[in-house]
Amino acid sequence: MAKVSVTVNGKVRTADVEPRTLLVHFLRENLNLTGTHVGCDTSQCGACTVLVDGRSAKACTIFAVQADGSSVTTIEGLAKDGQLHPLQEGFWEEHGLQCGYCTPGMIMSAVNLLADTPKPTETQIREGISGNFCRCTGYQHIVNAIQFAAAKR
Amino acid sequence: MAPTSPVLPKLVGTRVKRREDPRLIQGKGTYVDDVKIVGMQHLAFKRSDVAHGRIVSIDTKAAEAMEGVEAVFTGKQIAEFIKPMPIGTPFPSPDHRVVAVDVVRFTGEPVAVVVARDRYLARDAADAITVQYDTLPAVVDPEAALAGKPTVIHEKFANNVAIGPIPGGTGCSPDGKSVDDSAIDAAFKNAEIVISQRMMNQRLAPSAMEPRGVVAHYEAGKGTMTIWSSTQNPHILRTFIAMMNGMGENEVRAIAPEVGGGFGAKINIYAEEYVVAGLSKRLEMPLKWIEDRSEAFVATIHGRDILGYVDLAAKRDGTVLGLKLRLIADIGAYNMLLTAAIPTLTMLMANATYAFPAIRVTLTEVFTNKTPTDAYRGAGRPEATYFVERAMDMLARELKMDPADVRRKNFIPKDQFPFQTHMGAVYDSGDYEKALDKALETANWAELKKERDKAKAEGRLVGLGLAMYVEVCGIGPSASLPTGGWEHAQVTIERDGRITAMTGASPHGQGNETTFGQMLADQFSVPLEHVTILHGDTAVVKQGIGTFGSRSQAVGGAALHMAAGKVKTKMAKFAAALLEAHEDDLVFESGRISVKGAPAKGKTFAEVASYAYIPVPLPPGLEPGLSDEAFFEPSNNTYPFGCHIALLEIDRDTGEPKLLRLVAVDDAGNLINPLIVEGQIHGGLAQGIGQAMIEEVVYSEDGQLLTGSFMDYAMPRAIDFPRFELGNTVTPTPVNPLGAKGCGEAGTLGSTPAIVSAAVDALSGFGVKHIDMMLRPEKLWRLIQGGQA
Repeated sequence: MAKVSVTVNGKVRTADVEPRTLLVHFLRENLNLTGTHVGCDTSQCGACTVLVDGRSAKACTIFAVQADGSSVTTIEGLAKDGQLHPLQEGFWEEHGLQCGYCTPGMIMSAVNLLADTPKPTETQIREGISGNFCRCTGYQHIVNAIQFAAAKR
Repeated sequence: MAPTSPVLPKLVGTRVKRREDPRLIQGKGTYVDDVKIVGMQHLAFKRSDVAHGRIVSIDTKAAEAMEGVEAVFTGKQIAEFIKPMPIGTPFPSPDHRVVAVDVVRFTGEPVAVVVARDRYLARDAADAITVQYDTLPAVVDPEAALAGKPTVIHEKFANNVAIGPIPGGTGCSPDGKSVDDSAIDAAFKNAEIVISQRMMNQRLAPSAMEPRGVVAHYEAGKGTMTIWSSTQNPHILRTFIAMMNGMGENEVRAIAPEVGGGFGAKINIYAEEYVVAGLSKRLEMPLKWIEDRSEAFVATIHGRDILGYVDLAAKRDGTVLGLKLRLIADIGAYNMLLTAAIPTLTMLMANATYAFPAIRVTLTEVFTNKTPTDAYRGAGRPEATYFVERAMDMLARELKMDPADVRRKNFIPKDQFPFQTHMGAVYDSGDYEKALDKALETANWAELKKERDKAKAEGRLVGLGLAMYVEVCGIGPSASLPTGGWEHAQVTIERDGRITAMTGASPHGQGNETTFGQMLADQFSVPLEHVTILHGDTAVVKQGIGTFGSRSQAVGGAALHMAAGKVKTKMAKFAAALLEAHEDDLVFESGRISVKGAPAKGKTFAEVASYAYIPVPLPPGLEPGLSDEAFFEPSNNTYPFGCHIALLEIDRDTGEPKLLRLVAVDDAGNLINPLIVEGQIHGGLAQGIGQAMIEEVVYSEDGQLLTGSFMDYAMPRAIDFPRFELGNTVTPTPVNPLGAKGCGEAGTLGSTPAIVSAAVDALSGFGVKHIDMMLRPEKLWRLIQGGQA
């Protein structure tokens, strides 16, 4: 077992984990932060996307021990003081989700996208979320949601 | 007292934001893998890595010796206490064990099961099991399979024929026993032109973003089972779990929590569900199994995979005289719940939007050593649409006619509905020409053709394609489903005037909490926030069928409407007693019930509700309380329709196709929430475009799945699509009180043939008449090279 200490959504969380424990399982199983989802086993789908030290990362591609000492933000940590993040608002306003399974990862990817490119073109948005699969929406309303958030910033 | 409450706007027909979203955008939804029970153990399956083979030996010793492994079961051991897989169709079916006993028949078929402390350990233990196979030849090609080559998969099914050939259409009796070919023969005898083409509607992986998962908790003390599953139909799951475990339906509770997409693939009741439930009962402990994506590719049903030999007889003015369609459906290794029935929907819809004088369809279903097929979004209708629309396009091309004109010439006229088709369907309502015109107008067809011609003149490979569709939705009268084809709803007005409604239409992304909420808010004229929609739990929702075949609104919504109507009638009686008025003189308006024309004479909705529960005095002839239920049995299916148009360009140097425009005009009847309908159409289009352009399940000659992960199976990404351009027409259905037809699958129907026809148009200069999906750049590049050579 290995000791890991990760700041998750602003709180320091410490646990003993198997060295092979994936960050996504550490979040879901050890911390009960089940908003981060697992949609594949080859790092394609992006359902597990979180922010590690402010950058989007697929939490199924990182061992928990690799995140030791870092700061992780999950979907649960995005709203502040009961106020939805502009991207959360955008997804709600623009019907950017149906089943909701890809949504947390999609939103976390979009956080990174807008941090790098505050006023993205539609093509930049579509490219920016190409590491995230959605099977329900055909992406158009997701693009609208991200445009909504970009316009609000 | 004068009414002071604000006037409530009508919500039906408006773009209400979804009520499901606040929890889902904050990571607060509960999906199956989020369910944890004290003492819960984890399952992992050892799966076959050969397509076809006799199991010689299974060594489980190493797995059993691992610390934390609770139990290991081989197929043979499981067969002692879990029955063979049941199916939901009346067709003959081979023996299918939940875990293979002697022979494995597709890669990924389970051969052993491990129960362990955690999921990592369970997987380790499954990996530690060794299985020796005596490999048998793999049956992969469906046409060779029909000659019994290279072998026969199920002894009782000679030449691997699961069903058929079943004849249908003009001159056939409904049971297919009497066949008169004179009409179809005459059509081809009188033909001035005949189009003949072999077309493949390829195999697809449904790929809901949430893989399947099951938690089962058998409580020995009570003798009850609770099963959480990522399913589209918890009530059907309950029926089968009870039956398979020798329990009563009243002893099983099935819960579909938040379900991360289904697309038809989660209608099925799978081996894993029976195993998890059966082992929970046997071991008396809660168990969880969550499917990996790699497992999903082999263990969750596939869709489509129908080969069509299409012949179209016509006159040179474009009038079609007859259609012949010979279908060979590759259904994989076994019959699952509805496997055998899905290709029959391709037969049913072969009539398409046309008044063809004669149609003959024959269907053969064949076993191969592949994952079984079953319902995938559209389920049989996209295949029918594809075959007919591609043939219509080929006809237009041969005759040098505008593809829209060929369609128009053959449409079922709008004054002929309800329309009895050759295939046994009765189309409820339709106006196909209107949808076509709307699509042509939305796309600016005349301009688009000029654009295409100009691009072609510049040497660019630009093509334009158009397709009509009609689909069968609102499934569907009880005669058409083994479970019954009704839907159930219950509506309760609580003491405080809040409304609780239960629906058997268990959603997995459709937004029923919102649309159903809108309906009830309007029906009672109360705020939407006062209406709660419950679903997905058989302990809460007494009865139900589920969500598939675009039936939520058309059948589930209709049941809710009926139940609400009954409660409203009773509530009016209580209000009439309170107000000393006649119930027919009352209006429900903005949270009040008052006398028509005398708004001051009224009570709040909550006051009347409260009186119904403390009925002093109890009005004569009334029972206390405000709760009622309804079962809606539709008299027919609904038949939504539309027209999709695609503009596509192919890179001359690389063969890479790019979809430039996609126009979709859909007629789903009356719409409850246009925003949600748009989302449904978009999602369907994405899957239809995915099939046309990039998706394909591929097996090797020895039956290995070559597209077994998202690294190899091309899931469409945001960058693969242009912005969809939507339009709609509204032709209500007379089949249900809402006039709603259903919209969940529409997008997968027209887009696919429209895109392939656009690709053929783009490459017409190379003598290309048809291209089988998907439009792999290498395939297109070869056509370009061949044409130039």
